[in-house]
Amino acid sequence: MKQGVIPDDLTAPFWSAANESKLVIQNCSQCDRLQHPPAADCGLCKSGDNLEWKEMSGTGRIYNYGVVHDCPIRLLQDDQPFNVAVIMLDDDPGIQMYSHLPGTPVDDVPVGSAVEVVFEESANGQKIPEWKVVK
Amino acid sequence: MATGYAPPSMYRSQEGMGIWEHRGKVAAVGVGHSPTERRWDERPETSVGAWSIMALRNAIADAGVSPDQVDGLVIVPATTTGAFWPKDKPLPQDVINSFVQTDDPLDGIAKLSVEWLLKNMPELTNINYSVYAPVCMSNALNVAAQAVGDGLAHTVLVLKAWHNLEGRYYQGGQNAQESIAGTSAMTSLWGAPACYGTALQFAEYCRKYGKDHDMMTPFIINSRRNGLMFPEGYWAQHRPEELTAEDYQLARWIAKPANLFDNDIPIMCAASYLFTTAERAKDMKQKPVYILNHADSDAVPRGLTPTLEEVEAECALTGRKIYEGAGITVDDLSFENMYDGFTQFHQFHIEGLGYRGIELGEALDFYQTDISIEGPNPVSPSGGNIGSGRSRFWMHTDSIQQLQGRAGGRQITGVNAEIGVSGGPMPLGGNYTVWSATPD
Ligand SMILES: [Zn+2]
Repeated sequence: MKQGVIPDDLTAPFWSAANESKLVIQNCSQCDRLQHPPAADCGLCKSGDNLEWKEMSGTGRIYNYGVVHDCPIRLLQDDQPFNVAVIMLDDDPGIQMYSHLPGTPVDDVPVGSAVEVVFEESANGQKIPEWKVVK
Repeated sequence: MATGYAPPSMYRSQEGMGIWEHRGKVAAVGVGHSPTERRWDERPETSVGAWSIMALRNAIADAGVSPDQVDGLVIVPATTTGAFWPKDKPLPQDVINSFVQTDDPLDGIAKLSVEWLLKNMPELTNINYSVYAPVCMSNALNVAAQAVGDGLAHTVLVLKAWHNLEGRYYQGGQNAQESIAGTSAMTSLWGAPACYGTALQFAEYCRKYGKDHDMMTPFIINSRRNGLMFPEGYWAQHRPEELTAEDYQLARWIAKPANLFDNDIPIMCAASYLFTTAERAKDMKQKPVYILNHADSDAVPRGLTPTLEEVEAECALTGRKIYEGAGITVDDLSFENMYDGFTQFHQFHIEGLGYRGIELGEALDFYQTDISIEGPNPVSPSGGNIGSGRSRFWMHTDSIQQLQGRAGGRQITGVNAEIGVSGGPMPLGGNYTVWSATPD
């Protein structure tokens, strides 16, 4: 079970979109550039004036993965070992998100495969974007 | 006068800066260490402050100078290995009372300020330049070299110290909580341990070049062997155990493909070096080791964790910066002491250097050849983190000692020790020093 999430000022729009089963990523409209994780300023123009949240298509590819056997987070330790994959979004492969790849066997991960976003409940009910392999 | 962090202008971050303006004009002379310990036993005499003083005094004595000759201090104020003094734990009053205090009761226990050192080392009467460097000794060395070269001080002590407290690595704090703040949740909810990013780069490396985890074995065994000949190091002092191929290959996974021995082992220790001008170094007790260049990597990955492509590009750039500023080529390197904690990025560093002509994807094959200190191609003669625990400074101590001819059992014998390079930690965001037995 993933830890619960307490949205803060910077990330509240991301988490409320997730609760509506939408994936949004921070975008600088000046640079036309997505960035994740979100930050107070655009990583390129260094200004925070043109940051907005943009809805994503919710599709991506498995870039890479590892199998976690010794996890520092107490709530996840019962689930060990588990996959942690890096997903690259189709909207912009420079944007990466982590995934436990629900439904994919441990250490049997089809690198390069297409995935789509799903939303999974965490310990306090906050929904978290996750990714499933498209069959 | 409050000590601040060194300005970005002191680092050599760009390609195309030409030969370092102080090439060969700054030298390392003295080396000082504290003992090592896995965790602090909470006695005053083993505190991070006490061990810092010990390392500094050892460096002064090693260089054969008097304390009043020292006019500069470059230190890393952060001393944590990842452990922080718990908020609900009473302060160790007997330790605090054993030293002259600053306003911060954890100064000298879980952090370190220049002010604390000066209050507790009254013999340092002539410090008129002090500056902080973040995180690592590698960083502080770059700053100290530049400071001496620029004439900000002529005799500088550089210090890095580590404290480690009871409890398992990174298992407390927010990792033990039911809920966490939204910003850290973005990256930490999935439970990837610290080695995960490097493990992924290694996984991609193996897929791309047709290599596997077991090919790391000779490098691991060689590094532990070198470490056991490092009397200042943790394994030599506390657990003088060689590592076998079976030990390594059958070790439990942390984040596959990184296993226990691919990770670093946090320890308590402190080290100091005395840097001075090449001119003054001539009159000191040890053979001067001249600094030909220092280089900095300030790349930031686009995504959550650097891709193999980003890592390879940055290591190649770092290699070019190292050679350009030092006015040398790869053929001039007698040895390499790039960092290894995590083990699985050492090959990125040495491929970036093109060490002994290796190209991308060839380092693990190179590990299958003679990489020992007796051979023509010594790899990590310090033994690094694998050989002596995680200080991120063994490679610097070793480089200095190799070039002074006093590396003891680790002294490289297959080639003459003339020029070496050390640095790290990570491929993106490291600091590097080029050392030489002669100023030109
Ligand atoms: Zn922008």
